Amino acid sequence: MAQINVENLCKTYHVGVRDPGLGGALRGLFQRRVREIVALDKVSFSLARGELLGFIGPNGAGKSTTIKILSGILRPTAGRCEVNGLVPWEQRIAHVARIGVVFGQRTQLWWDLPIIESFELLRDIYRVDATAFMRTKDRLIDMLKIAPLLDTPLRQLSLGQRMRCEIAAALLHGPEILFLDEPTIGLDAVSKLALREFVKELNRTEGVTVILTTHDMHDIEALAKRVIIIGNGKLLRDSSFESMRSEVLGERRLFVDFAADNGDIAIDGATIRARDGRSVEYAFDPARTAAHTLISRIAASHDVVDIRVEDPKIEEVIARFYTLHGAVES
Amino acid sequence: MTALPYLAILRARFVLMLQYRAAAWAGVGTQFWFGAIRVLTLVAFYAGAGKQPLNLPQVVTYIWLGQAFLAMLPWAPDAEIAAGVESGNVGYERLKPVDTYLLWFARALAWRAANTSLRAGPVFVLAALVLPLTDMADWRWRLPSSPTAATLFVVSITLTALLSSAITVLLNIVTTAVRTPRAASFLMGFTNLFSGLVLPLALFPDWAQPFLLWQPFAGLADIPYRIYFGALAGPMAAKGLAAQALWIIVLALIGRWWLDRVMARIDMQGS
Repeated sequence: MAQINVENLCKTYHVGVRDPGLGGALRGLFQRRVREIVALDKVSFSLARGELLGFIGPNGAGKSTTIKILSGILRPTAGRCEVNGLVPWEQRIAHVARIGVVFGQRTQLWWDLPIIESFELLRDIYRVDATAFMRTKDRLIDMLKIAPLLDTPLRQLSLGQRMRCEIAAALLHGPEILFLDEPTIGLDAVSKLALREFVKELNRTEGVTVILTTHDMHDIEALAKRVIIIGNGKLLRDSSFESMRSEVLGERRLFVDFAADNGDIAIDGATIRARDGRSVEYAFDPARTAAHTLISRIAASHDVVDIRVEDPKIEEVIARFYTLHGAVES
Repeated sequence: MTALPYLAILRARFVLMLQYRAAAWAGVGTQFWFGAIRVLTLVAFYAGAGKQPLNLPQVVTYIWLGQAFLAMLPWAPDAEIAAGVESGNVGYERLKPVDTYLLWFARALAWRAANTSLRAGPVFVLAALVLPLTDMADWRWRLPSSPTAATLFVVSITLTALLSSAITVLLNIVTTAVRTPRAASFLMGFTNLFSGLVLPLALFPDWAQPFLLWQPFAGLADIPYRIYFGALAGPMAAKGLAAQALWIIVLALIGRWWLDRVMARIDMQGS
């Protein structure tokens, strides 16, 4: 049975606009003009307990809006949505008690309080049973390695330290669903790896459903089994990460270092993408020309030092997908 | 539903506010200084006047009470919530599984209580204990007129804290609705005038007295102070307390209703 059900979700923002200059300001006093921005346009999907879903899309695509509606902060303009059988914005208090949310650019901890005091305050706010709290807290402190940070006020922590504390804070009440909105933004490589590892582990061992938005495709690659791509408020694609990759990736790359700088290096079945002296990058479609066929063709006609076959970078794949669907931020 | 989350927030916030000692000491200095100036002004005013509804020792005590309990006056919305309105953080209050109205009320109450408890003591020490040792003993803060008055004052000033918190939450809501903390500042002039801070309400014309007692701001200062030195006693004191309680209930009901509406139509575009 689905844990999250979203049907035809729509959200329209109203943004006040005025004409430029003094005249515009004066007219604005009497007549408020509003521009409508469609952030979500009939988005539907459902999610089973224990899934790990990645949400991607360009800036302004509607990722954050979706998370805000699912977490009960925002009310949609139209459409239905149920999480654990509750309508988030109507049964807000019951709903938010069962979810955990981390926004990469926000904090739910208290700026001036030592981390441990924030945790204790959250225990009281969520009415967590004292023994359950001790158990969860100790485990999270251990897993996220935040024991040395507990006596420090939030404002004195680095971003990486802060994010680990934020994630612990979001999990203290044992939520069934964890929403992560750009959790790795601004983190260094080590922190990113640690965070991915933790989320994966949490999903695997505790069965916590995770919904993640990110611009970092390595987050998606490392974590998400399922990916939803959203652009201009529309759901463009909902599939497994691998199938998305292979579909968009109808193409592979062949890198050849020639022994000499000979003139004609064109080959049947491949196009030249880039050339730097003796090094040449070809693109080819493996469904039409197999890699070994290409390699033997090259080797037959040229002296070759090195040959490598690679997949395009994941960022490139996604960027191409956005462009294909006209989803680039307008 | 238990009160645990709200008590926890109240306590945490209270402890936090107590950390701002430097600000509190600066406040004590300022309040003592302004208190002294206002006492001198009223003394001069009384010297040329005939019989007044309050005698000079009462008015002087009134001013010291005003300085000691200045932090009770709801001049501005909760600074953190106001900042949250500008940054867009305010919607995230909705992620906590608590009633937002009670959450804001608990925060406001902690703020009033902490600020007042830091300032009232030192102003009392200076104006009630140190001044009598100098040759300005006439201008000192006097003790309550009777044990009954003292008890009623404690009840009344507690109601003041609740009333002030209800108004603070309303300011938070206005701020959230119009999305700028400046909107709430228009109220400051009203608060000062109609609470009796500028001039004790008893010194206003007689025809205005019934209105002045029953308007919401009297409960912020004038009513508890007049109860303190017995100018409101017996049935009049009961009326004063009733006016305070009435406004707490009315403003809390308005705030609750309004907050739900504001939160329902809040938009948070972007991250």
